[in-house]
This record gives sequence, C-alpha cells and structure tokens, in this order.
Amino acid sequence: MTASTLASAPPRTATRRPTISPRRAGWIRRAPLLPALIFLIIVTQLPFVATLVISFLRWNALDPHDRGWAGFSNYKAVFTDSRLRESVLTTIILTVSVVLISLAIGLGIALLLDRAFFGRGIVRTLMIAPFLVVPVAAALLFKHGIYNPVYGLFNGTLTGFWHTFGLGNNPPQPDILTVHPKIAVEAELIWQWTPFMMLILLAGLQSRPGDAIEAAHIDGASPWQVFRYLTLPHLRQYLELGGLLGSIYIVQNFDAVFTITSGGLGTANLPYTIYQTFFQAHDYGQASAAGVIVVIASIIIATFALRVVSSLLRNEVKS
Amino acid sequence: MTRKVWRPWGLFAWLAGILFALPVLWMILTSFHSESDAATNPPSLLAPLTLSGYEEFFGASSGVSPWPPLINSASASIGSTILVLLLSIPAAYALSIKPVRKWSDVLFFFLSTKMLPVVAGTLPIYLFAQFSGLLDNISFLTVLYTSMNLPIAVWLMRSFLAEVPVEMLEAAALDGAGLITTLRRVVAPVAMPGIAATSLICFIFSWNELLFARVLTGVVAGTAPVFLTSFVTSQGLFLAKVCAAATVISLPVLAAGFAAQDKLVQGLSLGAVK
Repeated sequence: MTASTLASAPPRTATRRPTISPRRAGWIRRAPLLPALIFLIIVTQLPFVATLVISFLRWNALDPHDRGWAGFSNYKAVFTDSRLRESVLTTIILTVSVVLISLAIGLGIALLLDRAFFGRGIVRTLMIAPFLVVPVAAALLFKHGIYNPVYGLFNGTLTGFWHTFGLGNNPPQPDILTVHPKIAVEAELIWQWTPFMMLILLAGLQSRPGDAIEAAHIDGASPWQVFRYLTLPHLRQYLELGGLLGSIYIVQNFDAVFTITSGGLGTANLPYTIYQTFFQAHDYGQASAAGVIVVIASIIIATFALRVVSSLLRNEVKS
Repeated sequence: MTRKVWRPWGLFAWLAGILFALPVLWMILTSFHSESDAATNPPSLLAPLTLSGYEEFFGASSGVSPWPPLINSASASIGSTILVLLLSIPAAYALSIKPVRKWSDVLFFFLSTKMLPVVAGTLPIYLFAQFSGLLDNISFLTVLYTSMNLPIAVWLMRSFLAEVPVEMLEAAALDGAGLITTLRRVVAPVAMPGIAATSLICFIFSWNELLFARVLTGVVAGTAPVFLTSFVTSQGLFLAKVCAAATVISLPVLAAGFAAQDKLVQGLSLGAVK
C-alpha cells in the first residue's frame, strides 16, 4: 500500500492523492530517514548528555564510596589544571600545523601531478600509499623504523650519506623523539595526511574550466597570473573542504600521540589527556568536565566550519 | 612557458612520489629481513630476504595467533559497513529524491555529530558497556563503528542520489512503474558507484579505529590495531616482526584503496568531488 502510493506520486512535485492526508504523506516521506536519525541520536548524543551529568558529580573510580554532587568544582579543577591547559595549546598547534603544511605540500604535488609526464599513474599510486597504511601501523613504523636513534632509517640514511661522500666517521645521529617530540608526531601526521589533501586538490585542478585557461594563455597571461587569478580562486572551495575535513580528523587524533610518544614530552593533546584522566587517573567527574568543555569548544568551531560546508553545498546545488 | 620545460616537473613529481612512498617501501623491505639485518646502521638494503618476521607475526615462537584479532577487525568492519548502508541509503533517499522539509538542516545535524570529540562520549559508553556486560564484545564495537561512519555515509550517498535525474523519475511514474522498478532501473545505476565509495570509506575507517577498540575490548574482542600496539616488546630486536605485522594489517586497506583510487577521492570528499 505505502509502496504503491510512494511510486505513483510524481516525485518532488507536491500533487498528492486526495485519499492521503498531508500529515500522513509527511510521515511517509520521513519514514526512511527515521531509523538512521534515531540510531545516531541514541548512540552519539545520549553519551554526551551522560557526560554532562557526570561532570557535576564527585566520582573517582578509585574511591567508589565518596560519590556525590560536586557542583562546579570539577570545572574549577579543569580550568586550574595546567596539564589540561597545555594540552589545549598542543591540540591547536598540532591541528593547525598539520593541516596547513599538508595542504601546502599537497597543493604543490597536485600541481605537479596535474601535468602530463611519464609514469603519472605510478607516481599517483606511490603518493596515495601513506594514507592507506593503518594509522597505528604508520605510527609504530615511524617510532621504531624511522626515528629510532640507533637503527632508524633517518639516522641510517645520514650514516650512509656521510660514508658515501667521505664526510667523516661521525655523522649527526639526532634522537628526534626526545629532542623534537612534537615535530616527530607532526611529521608523521603530515606524511599521512598530505596524500588526502593532494587527492582532493588534484580533483579540483582537473575540474578547472579548460577553455578559460587556454583563453588566458592566448591573451598572453603568465603562468603565475593564470595560477593566481584562475586556478587559485577555483581551488578555494577545495582548499576549504580539505582543511575542514582534515581538521575534523586531526583535532581528534589519538593514535599517533598514543603510539609515538604516549603523550609524553609535551605532546599530549586533548583526546589523549581526557583518555588518560578517564582510564588511568579514573577521575570520572573531572574528565567529564574536560569533555564538556571540549564539546562546547567544538560546537563553536563547528558552527564556523559548517558555514564553509554550507557554501560548498549551495555551489553543488547550483551547478 | 613552452612545452619542453615540462620535463623537470615530471622528475620533481617522481621524487616526491618516491619520498612519500619510501617509508612504506622501507616497511615492506624490512618485514622480509632478519631481525639483525633490520637493525643495522646504515641500513642493509641488500640483506638476504627471509620470512621469519612473518613467521614471528603468526606466532612461531610466542604461540599467540594474530587470527582472532584479524577476524574481529574483519567482522566489525564488514558488519558495520553493511549496517551503515542499510541505514544510510533510505536516509539519503529521504534527503534527496523525496526530500523531507528542512532536509538541509537534517543533513547538517548528521555532519555536526562527526565534529563532536569522540573521546568526550567514551566514558558513558564504557560505563554502559560495563553495566550491560557488553565489554569485550565485538557486536557492541560494530554498533559504535556504525554510528561513527553513518554521518559520512549519509552525506556521500545523498550527493550521489541527488544526481538521479528528476525527469526520469517523473517519466517512470507516468509510465506506471512501481517503486521497486524505479529503484532498480533509475536509482540503482546512479547509486551503485556511491554505494561502492561509501563501503570503501566505511571499511577503511572501521578497520583503522583504535580508541574505542582500545577502551572497550580485551582478550576476546581485541581488534588488529589493538593487537599491533601490544606487539612491541621491551627487550630484544623486534623491528622486522613489527614491520611484518604492520604490513599484514595494512594489506586490506592498501589493496582496497589502490584498487578503487577514484572511489577513494569521492569518499574522502564526502561526495563533493566526483
């Protein structure tokens, strides 16, 4: 019955059969949406409500008898906790640097790959490889296979280079993980995310209107002028999309920090710090308060981000 | 700039490609070396190849089999991908072909759930699982992976279904075609590439996931990434063994991603790039 009514109503034009009340027709339209919507609200929204409630409780799993109403004291503790303040800063630096640097390198490589040359398909495949290594595996590979001061590839290459070119028997052998732990984590993430940015920007480059660029060339525009006034404006929404999606994922990064430094040496970002407060310090109330603050900050950032996507959506609808 | 000057760009592109692939190639090469050859400085590139790293990964001396975690990962990834498709395709239909009122608000609600930090909801989920006896249960993890990927899938599928030509739907309705026929003849040809891209992305994200798996699983339902984090020993040489493990665990993602490169781009951009 419902199936035949759905099919016989002309799509998108609102001529309904007189036998169906508008209200019922509305519910028929909504019906396919409801399972997904209800499922998502239960699984993703209810936990946040629970987090909000727990954030006002005095609740440490190591001291189960001392449980009760805490008012805003958890929030006070969070704001005065230097560890959490530092991890906010770490999260911002990590996200911004990884997103911007991978966008920049990704753009450069996308511009190279946009040209015809021998073996372009192979180079594209090589470029994608970092993104397809499981993040934990990639983090382990960088920690032990590349950064290890004794046998890692980085220092190994330096030794090989020094020996080959006769630069002496004492090549520099930095212990990157202890000297520059933040750069070590960032470099691994940039390596993994550059292919992502490159793929999105390459798709953007290849959707450029070819005739306009040809016309500009004929009119004597320099390559720089073509890039600045035709390519870059066209790429703007692709840059925004890559930046937005990259930020969503990198702000929440847990795998790299957890695996490479275990949050040590000033690399603990917010996800890692909250994880630690939950599952190692067992202070449920304080960790939940931190979680609530992170959620509020995310909502503020997301409101701006969604505006970016909404402009993308309008463009898509227009075209 | 004349056409002849283009050649050096190809060289730069090759250099960039090799530089980015180098860690992966290094990982694969090391996985075939013996532990002592893997830990030399400078690296011994031409050392004899051996399968001992893989034998160790499959439990030759420890007796710990990697198959349970691999099977757990496969069932959570495939199971959640199927659930995601079952939920997202009807939802995308109601957001594009026969849109509900305010469909774009609903669409943004879906995306906004993706922006909330997962870690902030982890404790209640953990406590709930503990309370209901769902800790260390792969089905529970499957449900969580479904919720993690559902917003992405709804966006992706909607972007594909939005391309179903309205005129053809109207023509099908005028010709008296039923819902099933319309879906099969008009919607499916447009939706199939979308379903493929969605499945690929959902599979990769579930296969890679660490935080939930780490918090919610233990000996029984541990997934491949969790197994990998426990794989590094504090004593002795282990690099070849770790590289072999990393290679095996990345293999499904590498294979799927290389085989469907164009779907990968569509999926990563939530369907904004086709």
